[in-house]
Amino acid sequence: MGIIQASKLVFEYIRRDEEGNAEGITRAVDEVDLDVKQGEFVAILGHNGSGKSTLAKHINAILYPTEGVIRVDGMDTREEAHVWEIRQKAGMVFQNPDNQIIGQVVEEDVGFGPENMGIPTKEIWERVEESLKAVGMYEFRKHSPNKLSGGQKQRVSIAGVIAMHPRCIILDEPTAMLDPNGRREVIRAVRALNQVENVTILLITHYMEEVIYADRVIVMDRGKAVMQGTPREIFSQVDKLKELRLDVPQVTMLAHALKKKGVPLPDGILSAQELAKALGY
Amino acid sequence: MLRDITLGQYYQTESVIHRLDPRVKLVGTILYIISLFVCNRFTGYLIAALFLGVLIKLSKVPFRYMVKGMKAIVFLLLLTVAFNLFLTPGEPLVQFWKLTITKEGLRFSVFMAIRLTLLIIGSSLMTLTTTPNNLTDGMEKLMGPLKKIRVPVHEIAMMMSIALRFIPILMEETDKIMKAQIARGADFESGNVIKKAKAMVPLLVPLFISAFRRANDLAMAMEARCYQGGEGRTKMKPLQYRKQDFAAYGIFCCYLAVLVLVSQIGMIV
Amino acid sequence: MSIILDHVSHIYEKDTEMAAFALRDVCLTIPDGQFIGLIGHTGSGKSTLVQHLNGLLVPTGGCIYFNGQDIHQEGYDKKELRSRVGLVFQYPEHQLFEVDVFSDVCFGPRNLGLSEKETQLRAFEALRQVGFPEEYFYQSPFDLSGGQKRRVAIAGVLAMKPEVLILDEPTAGLDPKGRDEILDQIAGLQKETGITVILVSHSMEDIARYVDRIIVMNRGSVLFDDSPKEVFRHGRELEEVGLAVPQVTYILRELKERGMAVRTDATTLEEAEREILQALGRG
Repeated sequence: MGIIQASKLVFEYIRRDEEGNAEGITRAVDEVDLDVKQGEFVAILGHNGSGKSTLAKHINAILYPTEGVIRVDGMDTREEAHVWEIRQKAGMVFQNPDNQIIGQVVEEDVGFGPENMGIPTKEIWERVEESLKAVGMYEFRKHSPNKLSGGQKQRVSIAGVIAMHPRCIILDEPTAMLDPNGRREVIRAVRALNQVENVTILLITHYMEEVIYADRVIVMDRGKAVMQGTPREIFSQVDKLKELRLDVPQVTMLAHALKKKGVPLPDGILSAQELAKALGY
Repeated sequence: MLRDITLGQYYQTESVIHRLDPRVKLVGTILYIISLFVCNRFTGYLIAALFLGVLIKLSKVPFRYMVKGMKAIVFLLLLTVAFNLFLTPGEPLVQFWKLTITKEGLRFSVFMAIRLTLLIIGSSLMTLTTTPNNLTDGMEKLMGPLKKIRVPVHEIAMMMSIALRFIPILMEETDKIMKAQIARGADFESGNVIKKAKAMVPLLVPLFISAFRRANDLAMAMEARCYQGGEGRTKMKPLQYRKQDFAAYGIFCCYLAVLVLVSQIGMIV
Repeated sequence: MSIILDHVSHIYEKDTEMAAFALRDVCLTIPDGQFIGLIGHTGSGKSTLVQHLNGLLVPTGGCIYFNGQDIHQEGYDKKELRSRVGLVFQYPEHQLFEVDVFSDVCFGPRNLGLSEKETQLRAFEALRQVGFPEEYFYQSPFDLSGGQKRRVAIAGVLAMKPEVLILDEPTAGLDPKGRDEILDQIAGLQKETGITVILVSHSMEDIARYVDRIIVMNRGSVLFDDSPKEVFRHGRELEEVGLAVPQVTYILRELKERGMAVRTDATTLEEAEREILQALGRG
């Protein structure tokens, strides 16, 4: 059974004008089915306002479905008794690195989750150490978060989630505010967690380079999951992605353009090596 | 300019003072401040200054960090001194125009200056040697008994620690918004009070919006990490008194005893 | 008409033990009408540099001249300077404060002491220049989407009719479509009005696509200052300072290494496509 299972998930909210009168209903998530297996790396793509963040917040029981059901590790998120267990099992990393670090020292921030869970002191220290090592931030454990780079802050946030020993981690555009080096650091840490620790990853992003490593990509548009498949399957459909206001990796674009000019190339080329091979080199 | 504020900043190093329990430092600072206001002799202040000097030496924090905190209150200091100097009735010493400096005024204002200086340096020593988190932990523990009369001690401590974490962030943000508005021709300096107050709107509105957005994000992040108040929470760094802490309390008692003794002797002589 | 930086240095927190060189002896000339890309990894001094161009910071060494005049000499009108050298900060939507979009854009020109009519004309034109839809002019800026807010903020600077427009990562946090739209709009504006544009960006692809001159900053100094083709020839040096060349350049290098007869100096998709087609004998 999958660790995250959603069926016909719908989330609606009421739009209001300035005086607070209801103007209409917006369907942010529209009948989405989701089945993520333990250890899987799933990427969710979509432009701003496509509903991908709203969907993510359901997994952590921050938002509750208007219709449909979402289960995390078999628990229905609407059952109040399960809320805290769900939040522990499905950890969440948000976009803005500054607004999710609570502690004033790196190690204290990582300890915040376990403290809330009532873990004994000695074990908290063990968890903090192992989590910081897992994201390569152990040597910064005594530092103030304010003095770290964006990529380092996000790695601390990830460590803070790992310390709660979740079964899956949802990352909601964790790299949107980072520079290219910070983005690489974070994605490297996320991949290592997935491959080494077998943590289930749900990565929400609009950077295409980041989804190449995923097992599966889900593309969202206007609340619906409109495409689903391996990165190669998804990136084979360059024109459709463009229509959905999304990018494709440059090498895929290049191959696509060459193909249009009559060069015999397969669809969904994801690296320079593949392109070279396809061109016969 | 906004970077200059030292008050509340932690200076990282290893020292006996750094390792003390925050409760000791809190209680010690309060006692020290009380001692400054009880004392009324120069010898007493000499002892207080010496005592503080030794503590600073032990803390390994460079002295200029202590003085940095002073900059912020120079104006307040001068004002207090001036008030005491000119407004204390007593035996006239110097007189010019409508102002009179009395012997008592002189004595009192000098005392006041010494008191305030030592007070600021003393409390800076505490904040420089204690991480803000440790400090709030100490307060939470010290105020623990107040929980019985329904004072939300844990919540207050949590609020303080969040405030301390976000102060530098919001300061930087203020600086950024200010620059952005100056780049759009805003003028924060010239004009009278009303004009200046009006000029603050383009700074304050974005700042408040940002603060609320951050608060909202942070609340969500805390919930996502299972925060549900102080109930059932454990501590990563629980406070525990050790030998050195009791020793420090002992030293404080000695200091107070000496100070009281000196004052008493002064009275008799 | 130009900006000249003459041996400009900047040290933050001078006279403290935290003193750090943010700029070190920078000499640059920025003539009229260029589209300049400014790159460098975080902390290389880019942001400090752009804040010097409109006098927000005072250099700790050296001079800055705008149209031949030292901007830090006694009596120089800094407000006037700031209207002529417009600076759009990173995440500029964080500076919005008015009740509606139009009033917010009016803030800049009004500060210049222009008549109400002129102010409104300029605000109108600026909003049109960034492609902001007219039906939202009187909405609260806080109800807009991220991309639209960003447009309003850029219009707020454009309404001052600057001769030089500096944009510090104008696409940070936007999705691909929003990013392309804003950059296209800026490029169009630059062509149409001939103003100087300085674009600070982390994306080598965006830089390669739009600019005709690149300034590379590293540790407070200018490392390279040349055309994109020339700058991106220095792949290894760029990587050493935490930067990169455009992805297509890497692709061409890989092809060349494997024996394909391609030149490796293409920096945009179109150039790379042409290059490969040529090598395949189809160009």
